Amino acid sequence: MGQKPILEMKEISKEFYGNRVLSSVSFTLNEGQILGLVGENGAGKSTLMNILFGMPVINQTGGYSGDVIIDGQKVIFSSPFDAIAAGIGMVHQEFSLLPGFTATENILLNKEPLKYNFLVELFGSRMQTLDYEKMRQQAINAINKLGVNIDPDMLVAEMPVGHKQFTEIARELERANARIIVLDEPTAVLTESEADILLKALKKLAKEGVSIIFISHRLQEVLDIADKIVVLRDGKLVSEIETSKTNMKQVVEWMVGHSVESKAKDNLSKNISDEIILSVKNLWVDMPGELVRDVSFDVRKGEILGFGGLAGQGKLGIPNGIMGLFPAGGQVIFEGKKLELQNTHKLIKQGLAFVSEDRRGVGLLLEEPIDWNISFTAMQVQEKFLKKLIKGLIKWRNDKEIEEIAKYYINKFEIKCTSTKQIAQQLSGGNQQKICLAKAFVLDPKILFVSEPTRGIDVGAKKLVLEALKEYNKEHGTTIVIISSELEELRSVCDRIAIVDEGRISGILPPTADLEEFGMLMVGSSKQN
Amino acid sequence: MKKIDNQNNLLKNIFKSIMVFISKYPVPIMFIIFLIFTVPMSHFTVKYLINELLTRLARNSFLVLSLLLPIMAGMGINFAMVLGAMAGQIALILITDWSIVGIPGFFLAILISLPIAILLGFFCGYILNRAKGREMVTSMILGFFMNGFYQFVVLYMMGPVIPIKNKLLLLSRGFGIRNAINLQAIRQCIDDFIPITVLKTQYDPGIKIQITTFILIAIFCLFIIWFKKTKIGQDMRAVGQDRLIAESSGIASDKTRLLSIVISTVLAAIGQIIFLQNIGTLSTYNSHDQTGQFAAASLLVGGATVSSANIGNVFLGVTLFHLMFIVSPMAGKNILGNAQVGEYFRVFVSYGIIAIALVLYSWKRHKEKERERMALRQNTIAPKTKTE
Amino acid sequence: MKENLNSIKEKKNLGQALKNFIDVAGWPRIIIGIFLVLLFAMTPIAKLKLSTSLSDTLVRVGMNAIMVLALVPMVQSGCGLNFGLPLGFIAGILGALLSIEFNLTGLKGLFSAIAISIPFAVIFGYGYGQLLNRVKGDEMMIATYVGFSSVSLFCIFWLLLPFRSPVMVWGYAGKGLRTTISTQKFWQNSLSNILSIRIGETFYFPTGMFLFFALLCFLIWAFFHTKVGTAMTAVGSNPDFARASGVNVDKMRTLSVVISTVLGAIGIIIYQQSYGFIQIYNGPLYMGFPAVAAILLGGASVHKANIGNVIIGTFLFQGILTMAPSVINSLLQTDMSEIFRIIISMGMILYALTRKTKGNR
Repeated sequence: MGQKPILEMKEISKEFYGNRVLSSVSFTLNEGQILGLVGENGAGKSTLMNILFGMPVINQTGGYSGDVIIDGQKVIFSSPFDAIAAGIGMVHQEFSLLPGFTATENILLNKEPLKYNFLVELFGSRMQTLDYEKMRQQAINAINKLGVNIDPDMLVAEMPVGHKQFTEIARELERANARIIVLDEPTAVLTESEADILLKALKKLAKEGVSIIFISHRLQEVLDIADKIVVLRDGKLVSEIETSKTNMKQVVEWMVGHSVESKAKDNLSKNISDEIILSVKNLWVDMPGELVRDVSFDVRKGEILGFGGLAGQGKLGIPNGIMGLFPAGGQVIFEGKKLELQNTHKLIKQGLAFVSEDRRGVGLLLEEPIDWNISFTAMQVQEKFLKKLIKGLIKWRNDKEIEEIAKYYINKFEIKCTSTKQIAQQLSGGNQQKICLAKAFVLDPKILFVSEPTRGIDVGAKKLVLEALKEYNKEHGTTIVIISSELEELRSVCDRIAIVDEGRISGILPPTADLEEFGMLMVGSSKQN
Repeated sequence: MKKIDNQNNLLKNIFKSIMVFISKYPVPIMFIIFLIFTVPMSHFTVKYLINELLTRLARNSFLVLSLLLPIMAGMGINFAMVLGAMAGQIALILITDWSIVGIPGFFLAILISLPIAILLGFFCGYILNRAKGREMVTSMILGFFMNGFYQFVVLYMMGPVIPIKNKLLLLSRGFGIRNAINLQAIRQCIDDFIPITVLKTQYDPGIKIQITTFILIAIFCLFIIWFKKTKIGQDMRAVGQDRLIAESSGIASDKTRLLSIVISTVLAAIGQIIFLQNIGTLSTYNSHDQTGQFAAASLLVGGATVSSANIGNVFLGVTLFHLMFIVSPMAGKNILGNAQVGEYFRVFVSYGIIAIALVLYSWKRHKEKERERMALRQNTIAPKTKTE
Repeated sequence: MKENLNSIKEKKNLGQALKNFIDVAGWPRIIIGIFLVLLFAMTPIAKLKLSTSLSDTLVRVGMNAIMVLALVPMVQSGCGLNFGLPLGFIAGILGALLSIEFNLTGLKGLFSAIAISIPFAVIFGYGYGQLLNRVKGDEMMIATYVGFSSVSLFCIFWLLLPFRSPVMVWGYAGKGLRTTISTQKFWQNSLSNILSIRIGETFYFPTGMFLFFALLCFLIWAFFHTKVGTAMTAVGSNPDFARASGVNVDKMRTLSVVISTVLGAIGIIIYQQSYGFIQIYNGPLYMGFPAVAAILLGGASVHKANIGNVIIGTFLFQGILTMAPSVINSLLQTDMSEIFRIIISMGMILYALTRKTKGNR
């Protein structure tokens, strides 16, 4: 084992709808090597792995350029089944196990050894019966290869999370014949001790000649386990280096990058009062994938506060929890009054507003016209755009006012549409986001939460959205809390930036702080060092 | 002191496990409690009840068994099994017309119904694959829809298009089948193939056991048990649990689902032929009407749900449901002085039990999702912050 | 040369317009529409009077329209097609029976039937709505069985409830309701006959019934223009959005179910006043399906419906149901109306359920 390259990715480039997400990325993976793949969100890790695994989404969006070379031979996978046949296994972030099947049945799903009987002649090969003895043996072999202790006869539904993860890896080992295994954030759902066992098991596998690509946000883990680290940033390869030749600080620098010169704040001169408008203590939020464990912070009146951090660490949970979209608890004091966290109606009435990151799911009525989308919340909560008939007994929708306000914002935000009656679904992402923003502005909020305001929209719209937020803050003195994955964006808009890691705030920095400082907070290394 | 505590704990544990049991099998338990009150009120003798029950088990079990495979494949209760029943009835009309009697007639009927049932099964499977996530309601509507076609075929095509020689089968206008057909030719030919009667005395006809039918049913049960162990059976279970995961491991889910419906339809056809050979008359336009309804109700009464059912559920269900069916008119008469009430009551129960089972299932699923998330929360939220 | 080009262009435009029209109207509506026109055209061949056919169709449209209208609120609030409509029918029947029991006649009788049925419908609808809120995602199947079981439960009540009026009770037993009860001596056509138009022997237009339907349509239209109605539409369109905007989703859903059930109750009473009979026991069991089929035929989907869909759908559906059997009957001398009704109504529902929509995950 050791030096024989098993997989080479050469000059891989990929565009999504004219948006370049990977440009000419190359790296090599040797037999029995563990490769740690790191990078911020949107750096291109998943796209790269999707290309390697032949996911249909790649082909549907125009394929890629560059070569994938396995054992010195160029391969083109048109589906994951091709990749599996070539000996590549992939463990995704979400489990893909059948809960009602045992570990054995899951490990050998659709690869079951079969026994012949005469009915096969009549009805075809699917009439063969399963060879349970052999199945169990194969499953045990795969489990042993991993070197962990799972009961092959246990139902997946009854397993602890760690065992599910092992079962999943064992299945990939079994069905891909164990040559290359890709693990996407395998430790995210595990407890510390489970993660330790997993890392040990992976090392054992590597010793037996299996090559592993390990993707994780927990840098310490990557440094512990990987032989080699590949760092991606903005779709480009920044570094491919032996782990022994680098350290945490360097990797963080690579990940966050120096390339963009920080646009120092021009609005530092803005006067922000010391008055605290919102004070959050011990907030927890049960938002799947974005758990908030224990977060406390204060927001000063008139400031723009940013929340950054890596995906899945809980930054998105904060506004969603405060606005009552997910179960949450803790103390939130707004203008000296304690807020009732789960009562969205009352919260909006008291002057809070929220632009959700889930634009299509929560942010918009996709099948309704633009003017409805903009006016609906204000109509329901603040009773704007209503005509009161018969002494307020009937609250009649004022379609004229609704159209007027829609027209105003269409002009102001340069929303490209045919009319105020166009269905929201038909608009581009950028224009949809502008509608979400308009919806919040119509409410005249005292404090506005904006979640991922520029995700998935084009550059022009991005600029407009950020400018609009800044302007709104300046003109109305509205306090704004922006949650974003893009640190640069936060640094260009915010007065202070809090970084969330593992459901807690790991630190609050001014936008002028060094990128490395942000980076260290993001990967949670400030605690460890 | 400690002893009492222990006792209390023991009681608590027993109570807890009883509650778990009840929450696991709410429908059968409700039914059993109901029967405990009504069976004595009907004043039937035990012997009579056993006799009736055996007849009904022989008559209905096969039909209920035909529902198992689609449930296994995750498609819920196949209310469109009436398509199979219709195929069986068409076959029975034909063999009656050709006057083929006894066992050969019975098997010929099955042989004729097979291609029709397979064809209808493919059609049904195709439709249900287009209605993923709402298979049950679609299968029910499909059953109603095909009932229209069945009536069209039997009422207008039989005679002019499909030749019927026996004028006694036809309506007086010269085409279309009469409302009721006497199946004398094959009446109980399977049930009585090996006649067994126990406890027979001079004055008492005794208890009749339809041994041949039960052997057929037993063979079929063995088939299901064996089928679960085949590759296709395993695939069906996989697709039933999670279609997308099964697909991502290379199982052709649509084909597997289709197959489960085809098999179900074929079995329903055979089941309906067994059912009618026992009854002895075919009510041309009504016999199949309630087939799916009663089979579904029986299965659910036996403790099955929309997503899991086994052979035990079938027999427990048929027993309980038909016990209710036998006793309710008499119990109604004895309690309320009106037998009609009992008859309406049993129809109500057959609808109501499906409604309750569906509601409980849906409710439970929502609760379980919630509980899963609560469990997750406990793992991840630091306890000290949980106090509000 | 130029003219030719122009005409080609025109043809292209026409083709495009036709395609747009088909997209908007949908194939089933167009096919059934053409078929209906053909049937009306065939009336002379079949030796039927056009005026009779038209009159029959219109009367049946009036009879059924409110029951179809009853489906709109629940579709709009995202509860799907209300297969549980028979629950509303039960409330309506209770109102009708009580009004007869009290010996009320004419318009007074009819409107007291409606007034009595409304509280029942509100109570039933509230309970039904609470149930549906707990089984989100499985509404349609459960609604169907709620409808079935309520009809069969009330079969028992019809036997046992202490009604006395000799018009309604079985003569020989002195108790238990008859299977069909005539409204003739009470309030048959009391609404239809208001301002009704009669032309010749054969044409009759039930103006009053249509005016009442128009009133209810207006009320529903108006409701969806108020704050609450807007919220209801939003709940159906995207419940997460509605919740994030501070709307109580469950409350809106329950309200839609209550409105639907009340309209179902009113609908069946109007049906009875025109039809002349109250059908009880298993009568209402399958009566929800034709209503569902009609609104789907009118262009509604499982999650969007409006009043236009109701009017067009009821007209097409009832038109076909009236015309096809009578034309076939007089041409072939056989009565195929029952089969026709089953195939068209169930076929339409089946078509809607199997359409590839975004709800089809």
